[in-house]
Amino acid sequence: MKIPFEKLDKAFENRLRLQIMSVLMVNERYDFNSLKELLDASDGNLASHLKALEKEEYITVHKSFLGRKPNTNYEASAKGKHAFKQHLDALEQIIKNQKI
Amino acid sequence: MKQNEIQDELTSIRSLMERSSKFISLSGLSGVLAGVYALIGAGVAWWITFGSDYFDQLNYTAYNDSVNGPLHANWQKLALTGIIVFIASIITGVVLTRRKAKQKGQSVWGRASRQLLFNLAVPLVTGAVLVLVLIFRGYFSVVASTTLIFYGLALVNASNVTYNDVKYLGIIEILLGLLAALMPGYGLLFWAIGFGVLHIVYGSIMYLKYDR
Repeated sequence: MKIPFEKLDKAFENRLRLQIMSVLMVNERYDFNSLKELLDASDGNLASHLKALEKEEYITVHKSFLGRKPNTNYEASAKGKHAFKQHLDALEQIIKNQKI
Repeated sequence: MKQNEIQDELTSIRSLMERSSKFISLSGLSGVLAGVYALIGAGVAWWITFGSDYFDQLNYTAYNDSVNGPLHANWQKLALTGIIVFIASIITGVVLTRRKAKQKGQSVWGRASRQLLFNLAVPLVTGAVLVLVLIFRGYFSVVASTTLIFYGLALVNASNVTYNDVKYLGIIEILLGLLAALMPGYGLLFWAIGFGVLHIVYGSIMYLKYDR
């Protein structure tokens, strides 16, 4: 039985990126600090993975100010949502194949 | 990647999707207690309105908007009773929900809870202001139904960011409120059912379903 590992998205190999994407799938927008708290990640780690997702054009970034504090919000793009669904499908496929 | 690793990954995704968009630390026990406070409050309100004439007043006809009626004479005391019940319920809810959130490792003051409060507050504040207007204009007989209807709307509005069960509680509250509007003499009775009995029943269901 051939296992479709090649269908898995390289961009989601990292667990944190996959987690960021799952949050953005069910929330229209999510801000940096809430993400940090929810995922229990460090500033640098989270920022670098967000950057990677942005580079893939899976998420879009909205920068604004709340008073004097910068407030950065993230939103999943159509391309990102599609990639996430395909990745999940691939994961499911792997599980199914291994059960047989 | 091994199969159980993938399973873990999928489980973590599912839990994140829920935790990031819903506030799932609402305490069922606080619902039960809020219901108990409401029943006590309804008893006090009955006693304020009818006092020692208890058995003479079982026909409820005294429950109307007339200037000589007991509602007009006692509305300050009745409003105070309602406010005390409301505040006691809120405090209980906050304390118990905090405790549960701690156990679940969810922050009490996060995105989801802010969204929940906002969704609750819009209909609740609207209803509260409308009730004040009704009281000052002397329309006491529709106050009970108005509070029930707006509370129900608030619950339906908030249900998309917490347990889905809250939606059905909201719909029942709205129906009770409409029924109460049709039967103006029985406001207190509907109020006791809506805020007392229903909270106890629903709180128990939520407690058994999610808290244990």
